[in-house]
Amino acid sequence: MSTPSALLARHQEKRRASRPRSLKPWYQNPSLVAGLIVVGALVLIAVLAPVLAPYDPVKQDLQNALQDPGAAHWLGTDKYGRDVLSRLIWGAQIDLRIGFLAVLIPFVIGSVVGALAGYFGGWFDSIVMQIVDIFFAFPFYVMVIVLVFVFGAGEASIYLAISAISWVAYAKIVRGEVLVAKKQDYVAAARLGGLSHGRVIARHIGPNVLSQALIYAMSDVVMDIMAIVTLGYLGLGIAPPTAEWGSMILDGQEFITTQWQQATIPGLVIVVASLGLSWIGDGLSDLLSPERRK
Amino acid sequence: MFHRLSFIPGRLLRALPVILGVTIVVFLMVHLLPGDPAIAILGDKGTPQRIAALREQLGLNQPLWLQYATFLGRLLQGNFGTSLVNNRPVAELVFQAVPVTLTLLLFALILSLLISIPLAAIAATRPNGGRDLGVRAFTLLGQGMPQFWVGIMLILLVSVELRLFPVGGYGMTDAEHLYYLFLPALTLAISMAPTIIRSLRASTIASLGSDYVATARSKGSAGSALFRQHVLRNAAIPTISVIGVNLGYLVGGSIVIERVFAIPGLGSLMLTGIFARDFPTIQAVALVVALFVIIIGILTDVLYTLLDPRVNFSKEARA
Repeated sequence: MSTPSALLARHQEKRRASRPRSLKPWYQNPSLVAGLIVVGALVLIAVLAPVLAPYDPVKQDLQNALQDPGAAHWLGTDKYGRDVLSRLIWGAQIDLRIGFLAVLIPFVIGSVVGALAGYFGGWFDSIVMQIVDIFFAFPFYVMVIVLVFVFGAGEASIYLAISAISWVAYAKIVRGEVLVAKKQDYVAAARLGGLSHGRVIARHIGPNVLSQALIYAMSDVVMDIMAIVTLGYLGLGIAPPTAEWGSMILDGQEFITTQWQQATIPGLVIVVASLGLSWIGDGLSDLLSPERRK
Repeated sequence: MFHRLSFIPGRLLRALPVILGVTIVVFLMVHLLPGDPAIAILGDKGTPQRIAALREQLGLNQPLWLQYATFLGRLLQGNFGTSLVNNRPVAELVFQAVPVTLTLLLFALILSLLISIPLAAIAATRPNGGRDLGVRAFTLLGQGMPQFWVGIMLILLVSVELRLFPVGGYGMTDAEHLYYLFLPALTLAISMAPTIIRSLRASTIASLGSDYVATARSKGSAGSALFRQHVLRNAAIPTISVIGVNLGYLVGGSIVIERVFAIPGLGSLMLTGIFARDFPTIQAVALVVALFVIIIGILTDVLYTLLDPRVNFSKEARA
């Protein structure tokens, strides 16, 4: 759980630390492998939800409301008699999908804007950095909540809201990397070789600076999943009755004294998902950092 | 030492365009609403008369730049507009809520330091030892847990099972306020602590290996005296800026946590505003919170300069 500015600060701290990089192949990197297994399993569960879920996640069965975990319902049922396990499985589809997709737009926009700002500098750079500072002044959740409200309920406005805020972090990372890269000899050589600015950015600088944006993207996915479940918990996210982890916690909070597992278990699943994703991020930063190639 | 603070006027000046930009963003929020903002705000309650009246109240009939100028002019007079729900001045509502949220944030900051300093010290004395791994597991978990869920789990364990603290609310007297705010503050502290621990652990390890600590040891300093006087003071400096950045995140988190524990602060004010489609209130909270973050940023720079004699933001030093 974090916010772009705090996440960015942590990313930059790690970047500066530049400890000796591992030269082992990716499958010998324990965090990457552990992360891939955890996230892979979750994605598999999400994809196979129609097969795996024992019940329809939205079908009400008021006769069997608020059942304790048992043979028929492994994790019990909620106040409408819906099977908690099935909702958990189907919730993986919603939360993981939005978490991953929400990263794409800001990744692309932020990287392009950051690369242009860093490469050309001048007034464009000043304006972009000014806008970045303004966006960083708003706490992430305040902005997400306001924007989702403004854009209206639904998945599309969640993408829009998250994109509108989190592109700034990518812009800042890529700009910083480009500022360093453009002083390197290989860029000068490419320019002297007669290549256009566009080609130099896309083919020569791009591949060398994007790895940092990619590493950041992993922690960004975690932050987006947190944002989605938080919106769900506040009643501002994906509309009920669709199964979603955050709104499941909200539903469960009502029965915290009698059915503690209802609010607890979706939270544990979120913890597992975010652990897996941060392990992938750690593994990627071991493998992708430029220091490794020296 | 005070000549080093000569950077402050310049720092404040640099904050001005950001503040201006923040007011523009907050102003434009209304205009991001699809279609006619007045219709969008009123929703199904919008009769033609009410829509016309709201358009008048929000000044929507004027050109955009004039609307912004009016908005800014009012802000400078401390006028945030009138709540669309109860017709009270929004400034009044905000000023009631600010002390509540500030208390919560300060409380959370103190608790997170109380958690972080000992844990970071334990972890740093023997890196990669058993205790260090334990602390690292805590930081990993602390970051992976949704904040509001931590709050609910604390309610479950501490309020429902142990019956030690109330499940929510704010109380009447000052003492009660602190009692009611303990769990929400602890919730925020738990999610803030991992970042502080990580930074403090790294800088403590560096500090323990430094020449000045070796010197202090050779002069016979040891134990907690060594830690307090020599290690912590130096290790704390980089952590200050980490805390500064993360306080902004704490502000955002408090919005959600106030909802979990039903605390009448800025977060509750904003969420009530959201559900009532009360735009002036939402704008006011967003603006106040952003100003908060900007002020924290400036204070961090000042504190950093005061604590670390090597940091110098002033012009002579840069030249």
